[in-house]
Amino acid sequence: MNAPHDLFPLFLHFLTLSLLAIGGAITTTPEMHRYLVSEHGWLSDAQFTASVAIAQAAPGPNLLFVAVLGWNVAGWQGAAVSMLGILLPSTTLTLSATRWASTRRESRGVRAFSQGLAPIAVGLILATSWLLAKPSMAEPLMVGLMLFTVIALLRDWLAPVTLVAIGAAIGIANSYT
Amino acid sequence: MTTNPRDAGKRSAPTPEPHNTPTKVADIFWAFNRLALQGFGGVLAVAQRELVDRLKWVSREEFTELLAAAQVLPGPNVVNLCLMLGDRFFGLRGAFAALAGMLVAPTLIVLAMAALYSQYANHAQVLGALQGMGAVAAGLIGATGIKLLAGLRNNALGRKLCFALTALACLSVALLHLPLVMILALLGLPAMAWAWHELRP
Repeated sequence: MNAPHDLFPLFLHFLTLSLLAIGGAITTTPEMHRYLVSEHGWLSDAQFTASVAIAQAAPGPNLLFVAVLGWNVAGWQGAAVSMLGILLPSTTLTLSATRWASTRRESRGVRAFSQGLAPIAVGLILATSWLLAKPSMAEPLMVGLMLFTVIALLRDWLAPVTLVAIGAAIGIANSYT
Repeated sequence: MTTNPRDAGKRSAPTPEPHNTPTKVADIFWAFNRLALQGFGGVLAVAQRELVDRLKWVSREEFTELLAAAQVLPGPNVVNLCLMLGDRFFGLRGAFAALAGMLVAPTLIVLAMAALYSQYANHAQVLGALQGMGAVAAGLIGATGIKLLAGLRNNALGRKLCFALTALACLSVALLHLPLVMILALLGLPAMAWAWHELRP
């Protein structure tokens, strides 16, 4: 834990990263690592990686790894200023852009913008899935679990949260073998 | 939102599923709170299921288009998406209700987990559970991507071009590791220009 005088630089760091986080907060992870670990030594390498992993395992948006990073640097206040910093600029921009576009929702320009980008958005989602799948590819059991998840969600057999619970149970059972 | 502007296009679009709307601001808070708390390893899969399939607040096409805008704008995608939807229904109050629903409870949970983690980090069972949940998270996002492909059916670009763009965008990120800015420049701009051309009155 660090002294409160680190709070302002921490806030400023996330504030500047907010508008660079095109494609999600996760895209600025390398820059956060550089600043928090290499430059200031506020976190160890292992603490940084664990912060990202915990946020992945917890319910809620992946963005919450920012709260965990801030918490590891400076406790509750650290978590609060980090979240405020990462959210304030992007929220302001998103709300103004949405309002501007919603008055012109039927205009040719806005429709060309959203329809042109829609297929690319889907491509990015599929790529995210691929990148998340990579660490599991070495184990046939995990590949099977992944394929089962895809089919179960498409066929509407089970809710996502149930599938995650099944994944955790299989992972725990697997750790005993 | 009772009318769908995209019905007015030159496509012979099938009528989209009927829309519901939230009746009060608290509905927004609880909807986003509910979907965030189910979102292990990312909220997108649950958001699509809850907002499109269950609540029917948006159609699949609208969801894909909102998501496209949310991805282009800086900031976390699902947070941008929740702000846009909250704002659409109840203005600023709705946007902040959605944001609070999305973040408050999950933040408290994740910080509690971070506090506990240091004690259990080396347990094989914990690592095993994380691995299994990671595999499911990858599958959930993959399935959501496949579902959203269906939302491109009535896109002005036409089906073939849409799928080609989807495949190219996916490969450029997954295999070539191109930064998003480059993908937007190389694929996004031409796609928008072509859509502009196709949407001519």
